[in-house]
Amino acid sequence: MTEAATVPSTTESDRTPVLSVRNLVKHFPVRSGGLLRRRIGEVHAVCDVSFDIYPHETLGLVGESGCGKSTTARAVLNLQPATTGEVRYDGTELGTLSSKEMRQLRRSMQIVFQDPYASLDPRIPVNEIVAEPLRIHGLHEDGGKERVRDLLQTVGLRPEHGNRFPHEFSGGQRQRIGIARALALEPRLLVLDEPVSALDVSIQAGVLNLLQDLQAELGLSYLFVSHDLSVVRHVADRIAVMYLGKIVETAPAEQLFQSPAHPYTQALISAIPVPDPRKERTRQRIVITGDVPSPVDPPSGCRFRTRCPKFADILTDNQRQLCKDEEPQLVDRGQGHPSACHYAEAAQLL
Amino acid sequence: MTPTDPTTATADTVLEVADLTVQFPTDDGLVQAVRGVNYELRRGEVLGIVGESGSGKSVTSLAVMGLLPGSAQLSGSVRFRGNELLESTDKELSRVRGQGISMVFQDPMTSLNPVYTIGDQIAEAIMAHHDIRKDAARRQAVELLDLVHIPHPEQRAKSYPHELSGGMRQRVVIAIAMANRPDIIIADEPTTALDVTVQAQILESLRTAQKETGAAMILITHDLGVIAGQADRVLVMYAGKVVESGSADDVFYRPRMPYTLGLLGSLPRLDVKTDRLTPIAGSPPSVVNMPPGCPFSPRCPLAEEICDTEEPPLEAGSDPDHLGACHFAYRVEGHDPTELFSTAASDATPLPAGTNDGEVR
Repeated sequence: MTEAATVPSTTESDRTPVLSVRNLVKHFPVRSGGLLRRRIGEVHAVCDVSFDIYPHETLGLVGESGCGKSTTARAVLNLQPATTGEVRYDGTELGTLSSKEMRQLRRSMQIVFQDPYASLDPRIPVNEIVAEPLRIHGLHEDGGKERVRDLLQTVGLRPEHGNRFPHEFSGGQRQRIGIARALALEPRLLVLDEPVSALDVSIQAGVLNLLQDLQAELGLSYLFVSHDLSVVRHVADRIAVMYLGKIVETAPAEQLFQSPAHPYTQALISAIPVPDPRKERTRQRIVITGDVPSPVDPPSGCRFRTRCPKFADILTDNQRQLCKDEEPQLVDRGQGHPSACHYAEAAQLL
Repeated sequence: MTPTDPTTATADTVLEVADLTVQFPTDDGLVQAVRGVNYELRRGEVLGIVGESGSGKSVTSLAVMGLLPGSAQLSGSVRFRGNELLESTDKELSRVRGQGISMVFQDPMTSLNPVYTIGDQIAEAIMAHHDIRKDAARRQAVELLDLVHIPHPEQRAKSYPHELSGGMRQRVVIAIAMANRPDIIIADEPTTALDVTVQAQILESLRTAQKETGAAMILITHDLGVIAGQADRVLVMYAGKVVESGSADDVFYRPRMPYTLGLLGSLPRLDVKTDRLTPIAGSPPSVVNMPPGCPFSPRCPLAEEICDTEEPPLEAGSDPDHLGACHFAYRVEGHDPTELFSTAASDATPLPAGTNDGEVR
């Protein structure tokens, strides 16, 4: 990843990343249905993903279902250890830590899950849900009650509702409870895995604003995982687009929308409808055909070539051969930010 | 897209829904899912119905199709080409379903039968309404698969639903929906379960289906972007009622109902960089034992005393085709969401859903 393209202008360039991920690979075994459950293949969920997240920064990780974005998020927290590659938090490599050390480190990196209905225990009151991380880390004795009150207030809930149970809250409020719980241990990094996808738009906006405020107040860094490019454009400083386990393009948010270079990013941007009838009527759509290939047996060379409109309509047979033979590296190809396409070309779509 | 001329539209009306109400008795009280919905669907037009979960947008269309469970209490009128559907027997409805009005549901896996090939399922839909031999129906099935852009339709017709991806399955459902050239296709969240690149393909297939059959379409979705691109006219639903209706341009550029304006302000946009969204405080009211007054008033920045006592009717302003249900519609028109709604992150007094103790705001 080229530093020049990734550093936002507000901060000094010699700072160190909070999180640094290098060559992350995560494979899941595919087993036979029989008694022996022999290993018959591997799902290549994440293949060689690298990125950095700096203090006070939001990295948006976008892609469609099955692209490996959630697996990446989980590997970052060591909830599912990576197959190979390294994840460094503040210089410490997670793979080398004992489980005791890992637990200690988890205070600094927390996660907010997608489904606020599934991620809160229905049988314990909200106060206790938020207090749980404090108890686990032995911090509850020392003013834990006040801390919980403060946390509920911070996320825009009334502390006096703390003795209620999750089912008494709406989806947006539950997501706020999940955020309060994640904040309890004063983390520096929050991994947000589709935090607003289950919410209605009018509710989603409040949660997004809350996340923005928390970042400004507490100086948090976010890894924001989402399938929704509109949401990611709104919250992220930098964006990495994933396709079939790989990052295919990464750029500062504005640059990615102004001059997307990878055909997949272009297709993604052009496929998302905009709530503006006149614009919608005149927009050019790059429609990509087919579906995402199986991650058990990804295509050779460039993984996007089977659906790539450029590969299908524009390239010559000679040029296509390169796409089939050689996997394109994620490097800057003259568009000011890295993209993984042999024939990357910036386009203006919005 | 064929924008309908409002002067000739009345003769062209294929579906007329008047004062439709749907209630479900439950242990907690009567759930008023739909509370008096009126609309007309004109030949060949795309009517978008937009609303959040629980707004009654799906129940409205299930009522039209006669697909609600027996416990549902319906009143009002649904006239399809002049025939009252609410009073029809199930047998009469079976003739309408599929042939007159067909439906595309959200989840293509549950709307297809897993033990029959997709070719058989399409052929079955054709044979249900036409006296036609099976092999002829099969041939038509293959043609339909081709129309919705399924590659190698001949071989694909022999596949079972589980062998297809979500997007392909939804295209099969669309093929079934258009098989008998219906007058109306109702698509209920047809792309919600799918990825955006596949969504684009499905919306295109729906367009094809609509063009091929000349059907009118009711497109139900929570996605304002999809509505903007597809619909000629738009209904916005909230708490079981239509709170705004008009042409897509009117509703998106000149909303007359604060809720519509709030929705537009809550939406992060792909095409413009927004610094701050304007959420709507609170959550939708529980539709069990609704309080009097405007259902949106607890969340509305414009609400005054009258809003808590009197529910505003759906009325036109200067333009007879653009209706809004707000006592202060004139104060909404021409405003930006940020002028009415706060950009606060937290609703200062959020109340749990379902507890309408009236102290919100």
